[in-house]
Amino acid sequence: MKKDKLRRAMMFVPGNNPNMLQNSGIYGADSLIFDLEDTVSIPEKDSAPYLVAGVIKHVKFPCEVGVRINHLSTPWGRTDLETVLPSKPDFIRLPKAESAEEIKMIDEIISEVEYKCGFEPGSIELMAAIESPKGLRNAYEIATASPRMMGIAIGGEDFSTSLKTGKSLSGRELFVARSMVVFAAREADVFALDSVFSDIRDEETFTQEVIQAKEMGFDGKSCVNPKQVEIIYKIFTPSQKEIDHAHRVLEAYNEALEKKHGVISMNGKMIDAPMIIRAERVLANATAAGVYKREE
Amino acid sequence: MSVQIKPSQAGTLESSDILIMLAPAEPGTGISIELVSPTIHQFGDQIKKVITDTLQANGIKDILVHANDKGAWDYAVEARVKTAILRAIS
Repeated sequence: MKKDKLRRAMMFVPGNNPNMLQNSGIYGADSLIFDLEDTVSIPEKDSAPYLVAGVIKHVKFPCEVGVRINHLSTPWGRTDLETVLPSKPDFIRLPKAESAEEIKMIDEIISEVEYKCGFEPGSIELMAAIESPKGLRNAYEIATASPRMMGIAIGGEDFSTSLKTGKSLSGRELFVARSMVVFAAREADVFALDSVFSDIRDEETFTQEVIQAKEMGFDGKSCVNPKQVEIIYKIFTPSQKEIDHAHRVLEAYNEALEKKHGVISMNGKMIDAPMIIRAERVLANATAAGVYKREE
Repeated sequence: MSVQIKPSQAGTLESSDILIMLAPAEPGTGISIELVSPTIHQFGDQIKKVITDTLQANGIKDILVHANDKGAWDYAVEARVKTAILRAIS
């Protein structure tokens, strides 16, 4: 996993709307996902891949740009890939992933296009959304099925439907699945992304869901509206208080190393290895987010 | 040999988009484009060029095109023409 890369907010953009596509870079999301799946109606499935390929090729975006394709088992998945890959998206997102074999199939298709188009081998990354119990059971195998895999996400709406329930405001029906996705992502050393929250008017519940996602260990959250990007950043970007604390932890640690002290303490509290790892992570994230600059 | 086509359309009348309608023309009559656009004086020639280039690249020599532009960029014009062609020949 790239340590200097942030994927706090991955914003979906409907793939059949030129106005939204070409202006989506102004909202500051870490990643844009041009969607060919749920936001594109069936009669327009033939049209959206051309638009998405065109906008990626001709418009310069300030962040990474990926494409959510239709699943390969649908009539559109392979055409989506064949149409958009020559425009060189930064990554492909596979919905409803259930097995490592699916990832390997897409990996092969991407490899062929990279070779034909003269792209650097392995330069187009992959991520997958876990949206069913079968996918969850295979989450680690999916996350490690290809060196291209950079992340896995939980798709909450489909997952809760597959449980024969719905997505509640509390999200308790997804708690175990969310945890298991984070476990698999951590074991595979890839990004873990939380599900979208589709009621863009309910900022209070959305904020609670983002806080929960951060507490559970996710690296970020998929979102569907520019308003949600700002809320995600407020929560996923280290605060000044967190940065100051991390700085003090690492100073105390370095001072103890210099003095060859076996036990390190700060303000009467013992500092142990996990605290140092956390402090380093806070500063790495703060640096990547541009809110902290390391002293030379 | 010119590609056989049937009437088709692609795109929308939303901002930044273009609605492309294709209709078959007699062999030898060439590409005929009727364009409606709020920016016809600045970009009319460019829009027609993108439409013509895309049609020719797909082997279409004789066709009637009605295009209602709402400020589409070149990539969107090209994408909508490609889709209209796909629908016309499928």
